Amino acid sequence: MSILIQASYFLAAVLFILGLKQMSSPVTARRGIQWAGAGMVLATLVTFLAPELSDNPQAVTNYVLIIIAIAIGGGYAWVTGKKVAMTDMPQMIAMYNGMGGGAAATIAAVELLKAQGEVASGAPGDDRLNALGLEALNTHPETIAQAMGTDVAILAIIGAIIGTIAFSGSIIAWAKLDGRLNSNKLLPQQQQVNLVLAVILVLVAISVFSTDALTPIVVFFLLALVLGVFITVPVGGADMPVIISLFNALTGLAVGFEGYVLGNAAMIIAGTVVGSAGSLLTHLMAKAMNRSVANVFFSGFGTTTTTTAEAGEAGGSMKEIQAQDVGIMMAYASQVVVIPGYGMAVAQAQHKVWELTQLLTEKGVKVKFAIHPVAGRMPGHMNVLLAEAGVPYDLIYDMEDINADFANTTVTLVIGANDVVNPAAKNDPNSPLFGMPILNAELSDNVIVIKRGRGTGFSGVENPLFLLDNTRMLFGDGQKAVAELIQAVKEL
Amino acid sequence: MIEGLAALYIFMLAGFTGYEIISKVPVILHTPLMSGSNFVHGIVLVGAMIALGIAENPTQQAIGFVAVLLAAGNAVGGYVVTERMLEMFKSSNKKDAGEKK
Repeated sequence: MSILIQASYFLAAVLFILGLKQMSSPVTARRGIQWAGAGMVLATLVTFLAPELSDNPQAVTNYVLIIIAIAIGGGYAWVTGKKVAMTDMPQMIAMYNGMGGGAAATIAAVELLKAQGEVASGAPGDDRLNALGLEALNTHPETIAQAMGTDVAILAIIGAIIGTIAFSGSIIAWAKLDGRLNSNKLLPQQQQVNLVLAVILVLVAISVFSTDALTPIVVFFLLALVLGVFITVPVGGADMPVIISLFNALTGLAVGFEGYVLGNAAMIIAGTVVGSAGSLLTHLMAKAMNRSVANVFFSGFGTTTTTTAEAGEAGGSMKEIQAQDVGIMMAYASQVVVIPGYGMAVAQAQHKVWELTQLLTEKGVKVKFAIHPVAGRMPGHMNVLLAEAGVPYDLIYDMEDINADFANTTVTLVIGANDVVNPAAKNDPNSPLFGMPILNAELSDNVIVIKRGRGTGFSGVENPLFLLDNTRMLFGDGQKAVAELIQAVKEL
Repeated sequence: MIEGLAALYIFMLAGFTGYEIISKVPVILHTPLMSGSNFVHGIVLVGAMIALGIAENPTQQAIGFVAVLLAAGNAVGGYVVTERMLEMFKSSNKKDAGEKK
């Protein structure tokens, strides 16, 4: 039986790696997730046969509990996952990721409690052996570290910290992206508080390592939960993709560590692969925004912007335009570049945008899509939405490929994007965005910005592009505005 | 059981594997891949099942139950959203190829 289980875990690990590998190309991506899915089903099924489960006196109860828990957790995720709109994908990924982190942390909790129970139920004979100077014969563990083994205890505790932080942090990230939590401020001096809290957490973690009592374990998990919340709350909305990616990597790492605790190679391999892949992805995302990961965490993005916003207001005023005029402008343009952002996703405007594109193409206008690496709330988020609407790949350009082309562009249509076209990133050293590579929309002859209102967008940074002489604002909901544009172009 | 040093090798090799896999990914697949890797760490379900399986008293069972619940959510949710995203890629690919012909 054991051979069968081990072989199945091995096969599952192979399927995960091959699956992820195939997911790195659009052609094979779908098969990739199916392979990984097959690995997951296999690994889950053989785990029911594990001797650890059947040897337990509580086996029957536990089997029933396992099945109920899988039904509830899996059922909930199945329903929400099927139902969620494409635009809300990022927060659902955050949510599912948080659940994984929580699972890793709770595994550690069970292991630590088991070890603590073993220590606490110490046979009274032990002390008598000590008194006789026969410590060597005293094999009863006195601390959690002795009960679990030093290496296992260390990884269990580290995995517990990481998993718990990823859990509570992901929940906060979900709440923020879902619009349930808008505050960036929790406490004054948040970063200092976090630092102190982190130090305390490490000290408590060390005490867990050498304790025989229950209280430190409970305090330890509570502290880690609070720290996850405290770390995530100050992070500005625009940085959320980086945070979610980081928590994804952290969960992977926690899973890998708990895999060691349980002696499960499939968990170690899958967890570590995700840990390193996720770290690299996080780094790539942060780099695209020209910020370090540490910067994302410790700068308190949203809170430093008020002063620059005031300074930027003096530069001019927004000039409004009507849809009819934009329609004419675009219909007679030689090239139109569309820059979609999160606003397009919120308005569900991608289908209308594609309709407009087809109309313009029929009229002989060249239409291109320019995608900033961090447009939307995640890299590739816009591509997913455009793919959903049916926009072919060859119309979609990365930042490097399109930036030189803006000078040849008659109309640049910015739909719900803001920071990724903010010229302050290039020329205002005081801007919090300074240094981030942007799409050079301002170089085109005309810039049309479709925006719901005059506010500063998600990151709270004022955008001087909106005040430029060649920029016109088309206020309104993205989908409605594009529908008006379609109407205007059709009427010509 | 996997012994200390062997585990260290596994950690190292798996780490490089993950790095290699993602370093060649086009930006457009970053979100699906993040979601896909999110699904892969749903393997924590296996660990959660064992944690609940070895639980001996109601406290451990309760925590283990939560572990399995969360892990199942991670695995199933991760799969469903990734599959949905990649489904769109497939259809648009076909259309794309058709137009090019």
